[in-house]
Amino acid sequence: MNANLRRPRALSLHAILVFAFLYFPIAILILYSFNGAGVGGFPPRNLTFNWYRILLSDGPLWDSVLNSLLVAAASMGIALALGIPAALALDRADFPGKAVFRHLVLLPLILPGIITGLSLLMLFRETGVKLSLLTIILGHGTALISVATTEVFAGLQKLERAQEEASLDLGANYWQTFWRITLPNLKLPIIGAALLIFTLSMDEIAVSFFLIGRDNTLPLEIWGRMRRGITPEINAISTIIFLFSLLAIVLWYRLRTQAVGTPEIGAEWIQTAER
Amino acid sequence: MFSRAYKFAISAPPLLWISVFLLVPYLLMFGYSFWAVSSSQAIVHTWNLQNYRDLLIHDVYRQTLLRSMWIAARVMVFSLLLGYPLAYFLSFYAGAKKELYYQLVIIPLWVSYLVRAYAWKTILGTDGVLNTLLQYVHLTRHPLDFLLYSPFAVVLTLTHIYTPFTFLPIYAALEHIPRNLVEASHDLGATPAQTFWRVIFPLSIPGVLAGATFAFVLSLGDFLAPLLLGGPSGIMISNIVVSLFGAAYNWPLGAAISFCMLLLVLSLLMFSEHLEKRWSHS
Repeated sequence: MNANLRRPRALSLHAILVFAFLYFPIAILILYSFNGAGVGGFPPRNLTFNWYRILLSDGPLWDSVLNSLLVAAASMGIALALGIPAALALDRADFPGKAVFRHLVLLPLILPGIITGLSLLMLFRETGVKLSLLTIILGHGTALISVATTEVFAGLQKLERAQEEASLDLGANYWQTFWRITLPNLKLPIIGAALLIFTLSMDEIAVSFFLIGRDNTLPLEIWGRMRRGITPEINAISTIIFLFSLLAIVLWYRLRTQAVGTPEIGAEWIQTAER
Repeated sequence: MFSRAYKFAISAPPLLWISVFLLVPYLLMFGYSFWAVSSSQAIVHTWNLQNYRDLLIHDVYRQTLLRSMWIAARVMVFSLLLGYPLAYFLSFYAGAKKELYYQLVIIPLWVSYLVRAYAWKTILGTDGVLNTLLQYVHLTRHPLDFLLYSPFAVVLTLTHIYTPFTFLPIYAALEHIPRNLVEASHDLGATPAQTFWRVIFPLSIPGVLAGATFAFVLSLGDFLAPLLLGGPSGIMISNIVVSLFGAAYNWPLGAAISFCMLLLVLSLLMFSEHLEKRWSHS
């Protein structure tokens, strides 16, 4: 159809500039992780792997990485264990307060993290729960149910119910049907959701900021160091985080396009919220 | 086809969890906002409206809220200005490279907020990349000090962070426009500009509304970018809340501000949903 539409040059130029704007800071970040002379300063001088070497032997930092991995894995478990049934419920059950429930589940995705973090902080204070990695896990898990729900809900819209019906007709009970038919059919959206939740939890800081006990997660450890003064060691760890996020996102994208077509983040959020 | 037991089994656990960890905490926040702090720094459950009165009386809260809204409004406008044409380009002119470009937009979206805010800090600082570059090419002799620790730095960083957020719903809306409508418009003799303003743009309004809401709401509540890059003139409303929950130790007042923010955000979301529905039906 574009035969009579010439590609307007201004539009292409604008696209190039926006991409430059989006990637410029990331490129600088990576470049200066090799800069012997510090985080700023043009031109970069004395290129070195030294900051990565320092990073390797930085005990407290690796402790925080382990904490973050633990938090991300546990949050992923919680978010999936509740997000999958939540998506099923939104798709096929009716109950009083369903409209409120639908909005409430998705709210943490659009709400500034400070509100989610603080309201949970007050809950833990009133119930006498001590702040620790567990409270962060509960915070991440709860906030990221929204991601699991959106992803699985999108998957359910493409699912043929005939298979489930056949399974039930042939005498399987609901439990068997769920494990043998429903879940395997949702495999790709679920793996995609898991990847996304894991990445988001590894990076999360606004909610964790309020729920932190004695043990730091990686973003909070970095945050603490940033406030004390910055060295390219932070660039180095950020570069590594970036590469891992990149890997996870590309993988998630592949899974998504295979399973349900091009992801429409935002639009799907609205779709789940308004159906 | 699904039995009542099945429906109960899938809805009860998430319903219960969401009630305990989202609904109850929001209600608790509302409760807290009517409590007080005693002289011995303990939170006492005496119900009163003093916190809300304080919010109305002291200028600092209103001014900071207004400044936050002004920062959020600028972020929203810039994100739309960057995101809309990009989405239009991708949807209508990117051809075979569409998928690749789309991935390139969502990658920064999921890359750590902290990493990107930090990157801007190293770029904008007095000894940062930008200032040393400008001096290196002899454009300036002294570092420009308005770059970092200013509302400018906060707006720039938040625009960087929320442009992909704004892009996504706009792109989705553009993708859903039936291409034969656009062809019909051309065949009937409309110029590309007329086709854009009379056919494409009106149909993309729901996406614009959603994108604008995302950018405004999320930047309104931000406290990390102001802490990292804002300096004293870039303080936002959430920074006040953070200090009330920390050193200033007045949780009830902090809860009152947070609850007002929650109400503001919810009404904005409802307003934008309402606008979108009205627009889609007309």
